[in-house]
Amino acid sequence: MKIRRMLFLATLFGMTAMAVQARTLRIGLESDPDALDPDKSRTFVGRIVFTALCDKLIDVAPNLELIPQLAVDWTVSEDGKTIDMTLRKGVVFHDGTPFDGEAVKANIERSQTLEDSVRKSEVSSIEEVEVVDPMHIKLHLSAPDAPLLAQLADRSGMMLSPAAFDGDVASNPVCSGPFKFKSRVAQDKIELEKFDDYWNANAIELDAVTYLPIPDSAVRLANLQSGDLNLINRLAATDVQTVRNSSNLKFERADGLGYQGITFNIANGAGANNPFGQDARLREALSLAIDRNVINQVVFQGLNTPAGQFVSTASPYFDDSYPVPERDIEKAKALIAKAGYEDGVSLDLQAPNRPENQQVAQMIQAMAAEAGIRINIVAKEFVTMLADQAAGNFQANQLGWSGRVDPDGDIYGFVTTDGGFNDGKYSNDKVDRILAETRAVGDMEKRKALYHRANEILMAEKPLIYLYTMAWLYGVSDKVKGFTPSPDGMIRLEGVSLSE
Amino acid sequence: MIRRPGDVACPAPPELKDRAMLFYLARRVLISIPTLILISIFVFALQKMLPGDPVLALAGEERDPETLNRLRELYHLNDPIWMQYLQWARSMVHGDLGRSIRTGLPIGDMIASKLPVTIQLAAMSMIFAAAIGIPAGVISAVRKGTVTDYVANVVALSGLSIPNFWLGIMLILLVSVKWRLLPASGYVPLIEDPWQSIRTMVMPAFVLGAALAASLMRHTRSAMLEVLRQDYIRTARAKGLSERTVIMHHAFHNALTPVVTLSALLFGELIAGAVLTEQIFTIPGFGKMVVDAVFNRDYAVVQSVVLITALGFIVMNLVADTAYVFLNPRLRVSR
Repeated sequence: MKIRRMLFLATLFGMTAMAVQARTLRIGLESDPDALDPDKSRTFVGRIVFTALCDKLIDVAPNLELIPQLAVDWTVSEDGKTIDMTLRKGVVFHDGTPFDGEAVKANIERSQTLEDSVRKSEVSSIEEVEVVDPMHIKLHLSAPDAPLLAQLADRSGMMLSPAAFDGDVASNPVCSGPFKFKSRVAQDKIELEKFDDYWNANAIELDAVTYLPIPDSAVRLANLQSGDLNLINRLAATDVQTVRNSSNLKFERADGLGYQGITFNIANGAGANNPFGQDARLREALSLAIDRNVINQVVFQGLNTPAGQFVSTASPYFDDSYPVPERDIEKAKALIAKAGYEDGVSLDLQAPNRPENQQVAQMIQAMAAEAGIRINIVAKEFVTMLADQAAGNFQANQLGWSGRVDPDGDIYGFVTTDGGFNDGKYSNDKVDRILAETRAVGDMEKRKALYHRANEILMAEKPLIYLYTMAWLYGVSDKVKGFTPSPDGMIRLEGVSLSE
Repeated sequence: MIRRPGDVACPAPPELKDRAMLFYLARRVLISIPTLILISIFVFALQKMLPGDPVLALAGEERDPETLNRLRELYHLNDPIWMQYLQWARSMVHGDLGRSIRTGLPIGDMIASKLPVTIQLAAMSMIFAAAIGIPAGVISAVRKGTVTDYVANVVALSGLSIPNFWLGIMLILLVSVKWRLLPASGYVPLIEDPWQSIRTMVMPAFVLGAALAASLMRHTRSAMLEVLRQDYIRTARAKGLSERTVIMHHAFHNALTPVVTLSALLFGELIAGAVLTEQIFTIPGFGKMVVDAVFNRDYAVVQSVVLITALGFIVMNLVADTAYVFLNPRLRVSR
């Protein structure tokens, strides 16, 4: 009898222990992150997990201002070639190793030298990391590098414990973020648990967080509805109403930084040999034929933001002088006629074989037809499309970009002559020069003026046309309190709590 | 062993029978080696024929040309295809399956963590399939031409024709979202929490089992009908045995042989079905692993998974053949 009672008590105790344990936030992601090593990571969802796992030197505020994280203060020298950084005291990595200047040096050198590091180009301007004293470093740059601070607010600025470098970092990342790595089953879940010695532990109310990759948005939503998930990323626009209508769910949204647009093949191989690749007037005509507002209303229930330039309205770099182009069929027709295609002109538009992209392509097809542009939609599987794009095997490409905090990441690689994303091989010396200058100038107003000048040329030549800025849409259980979405699309867990 | 003329009519002595069986098995295992090599070459070639560049897929939103080139070198993607194959084959022979280029995790570990998942799904589906399919087959054979038979047939045909992605989503909406009875998706290891593990697996196993149940039902039914026509059944009835004994003991027992072997051969269908089912219910098993790997052009992962699945298939075939021999005494003697 006694034993039975003790067992009963033990069970009861076990159950209460489990109830306490239950403060685990379960987040549904749209895909499985790749390697959990900041120097190898390449996916957007990977960055979401890192937000909880790995602190960076610098963080990003909701208004996209750079704010202290592991570095409490920094100043850029007059010539832009030295960055002075004061580090946060009393920070330890998940393995107990103290965080200091040597750790920063080791991390930056790892990003620069690791054989399969994909961070090399982001930190290539750093010539030397000088450790002045344990809490004070100086970054010596080969040339001024304005986007560098924003890179240090992303994966290049994530600090791994140097003691863990020799281990298998991707299988067991040791950082200094609010949550530490517990386990990962590829394609199933990534479990993190609260790090008690976190420098800002008071702001963390959750005991653990689990990320579950669920590619199908309907299944992701079903899991949220059934209570198996507490928060889902990338809620489908068509499901927003369902979330709004359910009493125990909340809908959250933030303007994003990424865009969807059409890239034209201007000089990349045989694909460039088409009327649109050769004549900017036709590209302008297509842009004028599209009603961006209608696309946003029909495909995205008005949740995204129509766009006409590469930076989002959420960014301080947004340029008011380039509003969203209004639809103007007559003007489009006139431009086409002027280009010598009174009888109409056709264009192959390739788009990923995903429902939303296809719907957008179909709407563009219908709208363009009214102006006399015959669009032939070429639906392609994503990875095939990437290869065709790089090889110049396309006329026009409907594709998006997830956006970066610093505008450099949204334009430089896309339109400069040697840019990695310049699939259309657009090339203009002036644009190259102006955009190179934006990298060397630290002052925001000056940079804005330079981007304005670059935009003047880009708007006239239209190597790319922009359609809409993507918003981040979330479905959240009403048990979750304190979640604030931000324009960079990261899920920050400071101040987030979960009630029973 | 010397045989005398008088021995011919007798069954072979046990040791000879075992040796023959062993010889047969050994031959089958040896034959499977070239099969596996051919499969690996075929899969490798097919993957290389897929359009798309694994490095671009891998690089995601990093497109620095230097980085891309370095990654190509690192993963030997610039080498001629036959060299890439030999490289893979060499490490495979040494028991090293390599690493996933996407996650950076060792493929051996990935498979080790996913195999139990798919095995659990397959086993539970098979239990569902057998529990539904075999009794339904027996009943509809015995009640041939009645309403019960027609109903069973219609249900079986629906089981075969309803695509499992549709059935899966409908079940999630009904059971998880509306009634909140079972988790909508995911996976909990059996050792971690057996009850929760079975709960998460019930729906996917049912969905996957439904199609198999249908095909088992059809086969059981025809096997039963075949047996029920035999003379010994008439004799059994004439002896005045109860209908129950006739059906369960005499007919069902004999009808079971082809059904059991068929079950082993359904393994292929099971794996194919698991690919879709795992995708819908986001179960981190073999099927999901291979689909994601194909989409990411993670060649080494696809290669390893296909090879291990092929191995499983060959083993199951072997089991089916052996089981057939064991269940059918006549075959045993003639070998």
